[in-house]
Amino acid sequence: MSEPELLIWIRGPALQIATVIFLLGVVVRIFEILVLGRKPNLAEARGSAVAGGLRTVFARSIPDRGTLQRSTFNLVAGYIFHTGIFITLLFFAPHILLFQDTLGLSWPSLPTQVIDATTVVTIIALLAVLVHRVAHRVMRYLSRFQDYLVWLVTILPMVTGYLAFHRIGLTPQHLITIHIASVELLMVVFPFTKLMHAFTLFFARYYNGAMAGYKGVNS
Amino acid sequence: MSKDQTIGEALRARGVSRRGFLKFCAATASMMALPPSMVPMIAEALEKARRPSVIWLSFQECTGCTESLTRSHSPTVEGLIFDTISLDYHHTLMAASGTHAEAARKAAMKENEGKYILVVDGSIPTKDPAFSTIAGISNVDMLQEVAAGAAAIVSVGTCAAFGGIPHAKPNPTGAMPVSELVKDKPIINVPGCPPIPVVITGVLAQYLTFGAIPELDELGRPLAFYGKSIHDRCYRRPFYDKGLFAETFDDEGAKKGWCLYKLGCKGPITYNACATTKWNEGTSFPIESGHPCLGCSEPDFWDGGGFYKAISTPTADISRTAVFAIGAGAAAGVALGALNRAKKKRLEKEHKKVGVDDLEKGG
Amino acid sequence: MNTPTPAGCNAEPGNVATGNVIPLLHEIRHALQALLDDGQETVIDLRSIPLGPGEEARIEAQLGRGEVQVQLTALGPSELVETRFPGVWLVTHCNNDGEVIGKFVEICAIPSLVTAQTADIRAGLVELNAQLN
Repeated sequence: MSEPELLIWIRGPALQIATVIFLLGVVVRIFEILVLGRKPNLAEARGSAVAGGLRTVFARSIPDRGTLQRSTFNLVAGYIFHTGIFITLLFFAPHILLFQDTLGLSWPSLPTQVIDATTVVTIIALLAVLVHRVAHRVMRYLSRFQDYLVWLVTILPMVTGYLAFHRIGLTPQHLITIHIASVELLMVVFPFTKLMHAFTLFFARYYNGAMAGYKGVNS
Repeated sequence: MSKDQTIGEALRARGVSRRGFLKFCAATASMMALPPSMVPMIAEALEKARRPSVIWLSFQECTGCTESLTRSHSPTVEGLIFDTISLDYHHTLMAASGTHAEAARKAAMKENEGKYILVVDGSIPTKDPAFSTIAGISNVDMLQEVAAGAAAIVSVGTCAAFGGIPHAKPNPTGAMPVSELVKDKPIINVPGCPPIPVVITGVLAQYLTFGAIPELDELGRPLAFYGKSIHDRCYRRPFYDKGLFAETFDDEGAKKGWCLYKLGCKGPITYNACATTKWNEGTSFPIESGHPCLGCSEPDFWDGGGFYKAISTPTADISRTAVFAIGAGAAAGVALGALNRAKKKRLEKEHKKVGVDDLEKGG
Repeated sequence: MNTPTPAGCNAEPGNVATGNVIPLLHEIRHALQALLDDGQETVIDLRSIPLGPGEEARIEAQLGRGEVQVQLTALGPSELVETRFPGVWLVTHCNNDGEVIGKFVEICAIPSLVTAQTADIRAGLVELNAQLN
């Protein structure tokens, strides 16, 4: 297949396959969690479970002092690269066009130089996270193959996106094809790995908050 | 003009002075995208070059490529190049038709066997040879017959080079480009819908001057004209780099000449000379006139997602796919969840309660 | 003759800069120095440099016109103009329709096309001999 034909395929059938695996996988896992449900608490409610749950979903975005002191690096680096990923994904003009085409929604974009700088910072943060994982005794002990796989499929779209925009190394068509392929790889790997945390974190926070709120305490 | 004349002699016979000839060479070098320092070399080569015979075959085409080339009727540099070649067969341009035209073709082929240049425009249908015929001969047969004795083949236009519009989904005629049907001759692809006229004559001029195929890229296109993408030579590039895009064809951004990426410009993935050589003798090119690049010199540009949809958008209907996937996921999730609950109940029922006595006994 | 301006162009002329005007002037400066130092002649093809609308006019305005203008009629009109910098010539070739087919900046004492060519001199002598005999 020539370069142009490969690019058309990556933007078409390949993306369809990746979308099906991603959405089907994510929705199946979420429904499994919901359908299994929680054990009913037979004690009398002392407070509101819902209020506690919702509060915790938002409150846990701010780390508590103890965690911040003990895991400063993980928290700071983690916040940096997560924020960076969202900024580059959601506020780069060509990406917004993609969302507009598929979801019908559109919003203002950020200047390209801002996105460019954010990409570099995010890549640095991701590299730092990997170094920390390998260098820190406990992190290294706890790390499994999946941790490294998930790191790889996360950093690849950032790096390939940067190279594609700046047209470094290969022909522009190849670079864009590789970038889109790396995103499709991320989509395909997503439902089978810890990347599900993107959705399950809300359930986890809610359930914790709801249990505590039912008992009338803050979680 | 006699066939045995060199190009230099042919021009002098038409009353062109050496000064005129050197001016012609300078313009030709510019047209071939060669540096001015090569003009003396080009002059020497053109002086000595013999007028080659050219047979032009038109298959499944719209004649736009011929139109692009021959728009101007008075002597232009393109016209001169065209005159100095011996165009022995072109069924749009030649006066003869029917059996006389075919006889002329066969005579030219025989006389110049192994030396003539075959120029093709239009794609070749293969599903049924009857879809496109000339004088009762199918395109496939005529191509193979004429290609056999050609020194080189020039596929003019995206149809001949890559299949073009007939090749677009679902390709009902089984249209194929020349390069997929002829494998044993050097082929130069000069794509574009149509190609820039000076690019067509520039390639012919290069062949005349050097007597050899110019340097080609992986898709068989001369690097001199197709070596750089539109994006890399676009004067609106500073706006792309800053992220200033026109949103519609007549908004403030469009009026200020901002980048046309959002309007579907395929410049970043298209290779052609439009941004430097431009059209209409250097007047302008689509982006300069406010219209996004279609990517017309690339294979399958008709199936590239839509002329007005940006490169970052999908070429398939992802929304429909997504709705289907979510629906299927919900159904599967509910089903699997129900199975999980059933399993949980069963396990709870089967669970044997262990009492203190059991523990003490066997441990 | 006039440089054809982009027709139907939405952008205002001179509004978009490719940034190629200044580097081109630097190239001309280097070439002029080389001409002075060891007589090296340079020809720059303006058509090979991507220029935005209005930039070609801006370059011509910067170069200006000097003391010499040569009109050449061969395969259409051509104008070879010395700019306000002696030794820097702006050469515009047009065909019989007045369409521009080549635009060059030549850095030399005199563009080679201005001098009479040996082949033409010979041909003219043959004709003069025929006329006198």
